[in-house]
Amino acid sequence: MKLLLENAHVEGIRYYEAYRKTGGYRALEKALKMTPEELVEEVKKSGLRGRGGAGFPTGLKWSFLAKPEGVPRHLVVNADESEPGTFKDRYLMEFLPHLFIEGMIISSFALGSNVSYVYIRGEYAWIPDILEQAIAEAKANGWLGKNILGTGFDCEIYVHRGAGAYICGEETALIESLEGKRGNPRIKPPFPAIQGVWMRPTVVNNVETIAAVVPIINMGGEEYGKIGVGRSTGTKLMSACGNLKRPGVYEIPFDLSVEEFIFGDEWCQGIANGKKLKACIPGGSSVPILPANLLLKTAKGETRYMNYESLSDGGFQTGSMLGSGGFIVLDEDQCVVRHTMTLAHFYMHESCGQCSPCREGTGWMYRVLKNIENGKGKMEDIYLLWDIQRRIEGNTICPLGDAAAWPVAAAIRHFRDEFEWHVLNPEESQTRNFGLAHYANPLEVVSA
Amino acid sequence: MIQFSQERLAKAQEIITRYPEGKQKSALIPILHLAQEEFGGWLDVPVMDYVASILSIKPIEVYEVATFYTMFNMKPVGKYVLEVCQTGPCMVSGSDKIIDHIKNKLGIKAGETTEDGLFTLKPAECLGACGYAPMMQLGKHYREHLTTEKVDAIIEELRAAAKN
Repeated sequence: MKLLLENAHVEGIRYYEAYRKTGGYRALEKALKMTPEELVEEVKKSGLRGRGGAGFPTGLKWSFLAKPEGVPRHLVVNADESEPGTFKDRYLMEFLPHLFIEGMIISSFALGSNVSYVYIRGEYAWIPDILEQAIAEAKANGWLGKNILGTGFDCEIYVHRGAGAYICGEETALIESLEGKRGNPRIKPPFPAIQGVWMRPTVVNNVETIAAVVPIINMGGEEYGKIGVGRSTGTKLMSACGNLKRPGVYEIPFDLSVEEFIFGDEWCQGIANGKKLKACIPGGSSVPILPANLLLKTAKGETRYMNYESLSDGGFQTGSMLGSGGFIVLDEDQCVVRHTMTLAHFYMHESCGQCSPCREGTGWMYRVLKNIENGKGKMEDIYLLWDIQRRIEGNTICPLGDAAAWPVAAAIRHFRDEFEWHVLNPEESQTRNFGLAHYANPLEVVSA
Repeated sequence: MIQFSQERLAKAQEIITRYPEGKQKSALIPILHLAQEEFGGWLDVPVMDYVASILSIKPIEVYEVATFYTMFNMKPVGKYVLEVCQTGPCMVSGSDKIIDHIKNKLGIKAGETTEDGLFTLKPAECLGACGYAPMMQLGKHYREHLTTEKVDAIIEELRAAAKN
């Protein structure tokens, strides 16, 4: 069942006319006849969880928004999509801009935001034009601007470009950046819901979360909540990449098994070039990498499914997270040490530098990993890496520290002998660019 | 004297109105983008001072922001900046090969500019095109599903464009 991408291939869907013909702006029409409180209630009932990665219940987040008299409130949409492996919001904004804008107008009404912002990563330089075109069309048709449909509700939406900083996907860093500052995360509390942008109450939501508000209002929160499994309601956009036959953006039902998603004809169609599946990072680069056996089945031997609960079954020892939906697949030729090194380089580059465990630790981990990868590592370095990541995790203002520590920890936890192989075979590890293939066995469960 | 064209100045002034009164500093990053476009692809100190004057903020407030964000170039770059993603998903799809190919073909290292001033190679961190890897950003747009042949064609295309 598709709730977001159902009409993605309708001709001209990027423009108002085609979008309207497919039932577009009906949810907004309905929403404007409800009260903001009723709308928040519908979103609560839907069980929608934040699609940016943390999975926090959206309705609950909305209900925290402070409403002091005379102080404007703002909705800010986080379109800073920068988590390696994640490119789903780009797809939504590029191909279904009106769905997203409709969701934004409904959410703005629910939250009482008369001026809402889309904070989009600067590299997506062509997308603001697409969004601004949709905003202009929505305005020309009376869905946006002053006194929308005679309700007295005014709303403006502005697209604000960032300039290349992963950290700005963290909501308080995003707010700082929107204020024209460096993207240094703030210490919480105060939470954005109390003091956000310009110290005004602010809700920051992911693009996909906001788009999901449209089907929720169309079908009602309760109906939406019936779709899915347990606390994973609705559908999820997955951006699949790496060594897959058919990478791309997919809208998945939460009862889809991981195996079906990777190998199914309707989905990624298996591993590219006839290779075997070795490992996968199922929810964006920050979440733990899993070897094929633990990816397809839990430690208890049960089938693993593509939802919040099942992917995290077993905790970090034997499980991972759904995260942002950035699904990175590695085939049998890939080297986990090298892959982890590129991620460590990423986090080193993206650390804002405020907290010393992250500022110093990310660079340290990268240098140690680079040594191991290039055959210059020692056995102690593996312990050292473990020690560094442990001292970063939980010791920083924002979750970037954790995000940098987890991939390293999981790589050592599950692929320790590959690190050891590099240490023991220094010459070969300089020339050979692939890792150990013995983890790759997609259909039979072998013990890690 | 450093000054925006009429058109860009009007754009900058329109951007400032998107934020509450007295919060014009919020327009800083969008206006720095305009400045980098207009003044040769990088932000020289006088350019940043000019942006500070438009926003009535201190120059240091501009410097500290400009140096924080990867997209702002703090030194001159070539006419075309090849920003090739090198993060995990691109790496497993062969970005190393693409980067090495560009280095060899143009005779430059990462971060360097060719002698003719045409090309700068700037390895980039994840650009959100992981499913279409390997890829590079070229100006406003992405070039995806790169192969060494495609890179050759892009370089030829840009050389031809530079002549016109």
